[in-house]
Amino acid sequence: MIRRLAPGAALSLVFVVAALLSYLWTPYAVDGMAIADRLKAPSGAHLLGTDHFGRDILSMLMVGARTSLAVALVAVGIGMGLGVPLGLAAAARHGGWLDEVIMRGNDLVFAFPSLVIAILITAIAGPSALNAIIAIGIFNVPVFARLTRGAALALWAREFIMAARVAGKGRVRISVEHILPNVTNLLIVQGTIQFSLGILAEAGLSYVGLGAQPPVPSWGRMLADAQTMVALAPHVALMPGLAIVFSVLGLNLLGDGLRDALDPKLREVRA
Amino acid sequence: MLAYALRRLVSLGLSLVVASLVIFLVVEVAPGDPASFMLGINAQPDTVAALRAELGLDLPKWQRYLAWVGGMVTGDFGMSYTYRTPVSEMVMDRLWISLPLALYALVLSTALAFPAALLAASRRGEAGDFAVMGATQLGIAVPNFWFAMLLVLLFAINLGWFSAGGFPGWEDPGAALKALTLPAVALALPQAAILARVMRSALIDILAEDFMRTARAKGLTRAQALWRHGVRNALIPVLTILGLQFSFLLAGAIIIEQVFFLPGLGRLIFQAISQRDLIVVESVVMLLVFAVILVTFLTDMAYAAVDPRLRRRA
Repeated sequence: MIRRLAPGAALSLVFVVAALLSYLWTPYAVDGMAIADRLKAPSGAHLLGTDHFGRDILSMLMVGARTSLAVALVAVGIGMGLGVPLGLAAAARHGGWLDEVIMRGNDLVFAFPSLVIAILITAIAGPSALNAIIAIGIFNVPVFARLTRGAALALWAREFIMAARVAGKGRVRISVEHILPNVTNLLIVQGTIQFSLGILAEAGLSYVGLGAQPPVPSWGRMLADAQTMVALAPHVALMPGLAIVFSVLGLNLLGDGLRDALDPKLREVRA
Repeated sequence: MLAYALRRLVSLGLSLVVASLVIFLVVEVAPGDPASFMLGINAQPDTVAALRAELGLDLPKWQRYLAWVGGMVTGDFGMSYTYRTPVSEMVMDRLWISLPLALYALVLSTALAFPAALLAASRRGEAGDFAVMGATQLGIAVPNFWFAMLLVLLFAINLGWFSAGGFPGWEDPGAALKALTLPAVALALPQAAILARVMRSALIDILAEDFMRTARAKGLTRAQALWRHGVRNALIPVLTILGLQFSFLLAGAIIIEQVFFLPGLGRLIFQAISQRDLIVVESVVMLLVFAVILVTFLTDMAYAAVDPRLRRRA
């Protein structure tokens, strides 16, 4: 069990620690330009090299990790905060008009190409990390609503819920006290997956200039800056991309590991 | 079947109406008046007012909404504020890059995912399966625009096999396809990874069915049984994913077009946004949403035509 969780957890932890550490210490100041040292290849002085302003890439990646993690975390928070109550309400009122309205609303959001709408929102409301968060967060809502509703519907048919109803508990109380604790595992697993998708989405938005704005470093914009220099100094484009790949990979592996660890049924099938 | 189709058609229409309202409202609340933007900060107030009247910006919101939707239904997308050319013409020009690009990527991703999934499912738990699953994990984690940059570095800059960007036009179809190849590969890879995982689990589900055991019992080899009975049945869930992927590819093309400087819908939309050319933004977004909703509808129809059980459930 631990063995399956370890690689993903370790990889994810590296990025969380790097982001937190950047508040206290980075090898160099991220706004420290040193034109004489521009586009240096990785070396002892600059472990991952320097960019076109002579800034230390490792330091920028560490600070950029903050942006990526913060945007993805809040976007998952929005998705869960709105999606889970909606899903619980739809399941509690299964077949009623509320269920119908919530699910149709869900379908509608799903029908929109998420990236296009994210671009629309950030473009109209102005490019910023906050608008990127909102744009990514909105599309997390139907994911969590649908997942919660599906799992909750199966639970509503169980005896212990029936017992709670007989004991006189209302739908809201049952949802909060009995349904919610039983879908938490699922939510955690989906949360890690949406988290990694959030990192990818944030990188895409800041690559096209609609995410975090300068001087806040972000992985996507580092890639956009690197594009014109890719022939001259490939490491400038390589490093931020690898940071994205490893953080997303780590979170996905963590999600898979958690699913196996938290869902005993799957474990039996695998064994 | 007819009743089901009609019901789905009604919900398709409703989705389109709601989608158009949402898009219109989002764009309407945008700060910045297109007329004053076009004329610059030194414009006289009465010039701005005259232009607003000419563009129809002084009409009440609901009238402009109706005019916009009514125009689109009849194929008239209005005039671009900045270029003074019909939006439909601008969109059509660009569509001939974005649409072939998305289709090209769809073909590539299917061609890549199908053999990989077949290999993984038939060798479940063995080395081949682990290799495919590991590769797909990596494929999902790679941002397509970064992969695109690596492709440019390797195949355009170092090897010189392809040009690093731009589009020569469709006069020479060979050159046009060549220009779209690197973008299509970049778009297709992450989608192929997702598709391969879905196909693999669909195939594994099918392999556990009774009819597969029967097929083996009547003397077919594993490969024969998988090919004749497994693949056909696994194709149904795969079709749905393909429909979904098309929308990802169309939207994903917007970012990939930036990497390769392709003058497609993506560049059009970014250009229009920066110039406050709201009518172009509205129309392109609406067109993309329409394409996605339509593809979903068609996939549902194909699905129901193949599997009658779905008609009753929906």
